[in-house]
Amino acid sequence: MRGVGFGYQGSAELLSDMTLSLQPGMLHFLTGPSGSGKTTLLRLCYADLLPSSGEMTAFGQDVRGLSRDGIADLRRRVGVVHQDTQFLDHLPVAENIALPLTVSGQDVDMAALRDLLGWVQLTQHARAMPPSLSGGERQRAALARAVILSPDLVLADEPTGNLDWEMSMRLMQLLIELNKSGKTVLVATHDLNLIRATKAQVSARVLRIANGALQLAGSDL
Amino acid sequence: MRKVDFRGLNLKAFWQGLIRSDSAVGNRIVPPTGFTAQLTVFSAGAMAFLAVFALALALATGRLAERWSHELASSVTVRVSASDADQDARVQAAMAVLSTTPGIGEARQLSDDQVADLLTPWFGPDMPVDALPVPTLIDVPITGSDFDSEGLRLRLEAEVPGAVLDDHTQWRRPLVSAARWLKTLGLISLVLITAASASMITLAAKAALSANGQVIRVLRLIGARDITIATAFVRRFTQRAAIGATGGTLAGMIAIALLPNMDAAGGFLTGLGFQGWGWLLPLLIPVVAAAVGFFATRWAALKMLGAVR
Repeated sequence: MRGVGFGYQGSAELLSDMTLSLQPGMLHFLTGPSGSGKTTLLRLCYADLLPSSGEMTAFGQDVRGLSRDGIADLRRRVGVVHQDTQFLDHLPVAENIALPLTVSGQDVDMAALRDLLGWVQLTQHARAMPPSLSGGERQRAALARAVILSPDLVLADEPTGNLDWEMSMRLMQLLIELNKSGKTVLVATHDLNLIRATKAQVSARVLRIANGALQLAGSDL
Repeated sequence: MRKVDFRGLNLKAFWQGLIRSDSAVGNRIVPPTGFTAQLTVFSAGAMAFLAVFALALALATGRLAERWSHELASSVTVRVSASDADQDARVQAAMAVLSTTPGIGEARQLSDDQVADLLTPWFGPDMPVDALPVPTLIDVPITGSDFDSEGLRLRLEAEVPGAVLDDHTQWRRPLVSAARWLKTLGLISLVLITAASASMITLAAKAALSANGQVIRVLRLIGARDITIATAFVRRFTQRAAIGATGGTLAGMIAIALLPNMDAAGGFLTGLGFQGWGWLLPLLIPVVAAAVGFFATRWAALKMLGAVR
């Protein structure tokens, strides 16, 4: 994004003149206080919101010029772990995880699905309904759903927001594994301890958002 | 208004979607809605039941118009009025004219009893018809296409004073017209039933879409296209419309079949039904209902989805 500005209707501009380029294969953190616009910036990345000014390009395409089907195609290339882990509560966990395949008309490879469930340690919960999952299980299920289409980019919006430290690190390990497999990962979090713990294990780029502007964080973390 | 995109219409996929069971995940991405489903099935069934009767009415009145038109056009009546002294001579003169008229069969003079029977509905059985100046009636069957009604009328006027040709046009036209109008009403009813069904399914589909706003949002966030989401609703409502209409159609056909036999009871009402290949026509109603369900839901779904980013 280059010089991107955005404000919700009836409100002052939340993000202004924001320039950001995600480096392929890199783990990124986006941090900042609550209400600073972390979620908004992520929503701009998967075209849930469109910028009111500036240029926004994803995979070489101008996001503002995408058709409705074009936006759907973009979202298939961007796996998102939403803050509120949205599931279809009438479908079991395994079917929820496989949903991106279903809606894109692809066959579900049951062996691959089992592997994925094992990776997020939800094999025992494959037939459980989403409301019966704990917070950590829901986040891991959301991560599994986000990566089932093998997207180029994975976005996670406060994925550890409601989790204890142990569970947070467990989820973070999965994101690190994803990044090590070559995926570009962007994690929005206000938890600086999580960022420090991760940086101790793996190289990561930390971006701080404050007062509507974005800056690269350094040793002040 | 946003144009509905029908490019994605695939008849093969439409048929497969219609007959596929509801167990596939693609069909279940929309949560089940038991009561709404039952209402849609019931409404489609009720509409199909009414459509069977509207169709039967249209077919029966069509046949009636045809029959009345044919029967009344197959004969004419010559009415001979004269004083008692001249009556026989004029009847003979009229018969002579008729005997040389092309395109007619054997003319037959109605007996006094037959004339009395014709008058009974108007005067009652106790009226002494003999005391009335009743004209002599001659029934003339038309057998050939070369019969010239106007020519015969002019000849009778010239050669038989007091003889009048009645080709039944005066009372045939209103009857045939009434039957044809009834047929038109039957067809209009079918159109209205189809439109009402489309409206009902559109409303039900919109209600289902509104109730599943969160489901639609989730599907969109994971990359579902509008057509994919719409198809889930379309398949469901098409199946409901087809199932309900099949039940309603069968019930209507059974009710029609149970009507008294036309030969045994006679009259118009007992003629309300299907004959021969006509029994296959109501079987088109579930097909039409499914098509109405398909297009109404597809239109409503794409319109609603298009209105929300």
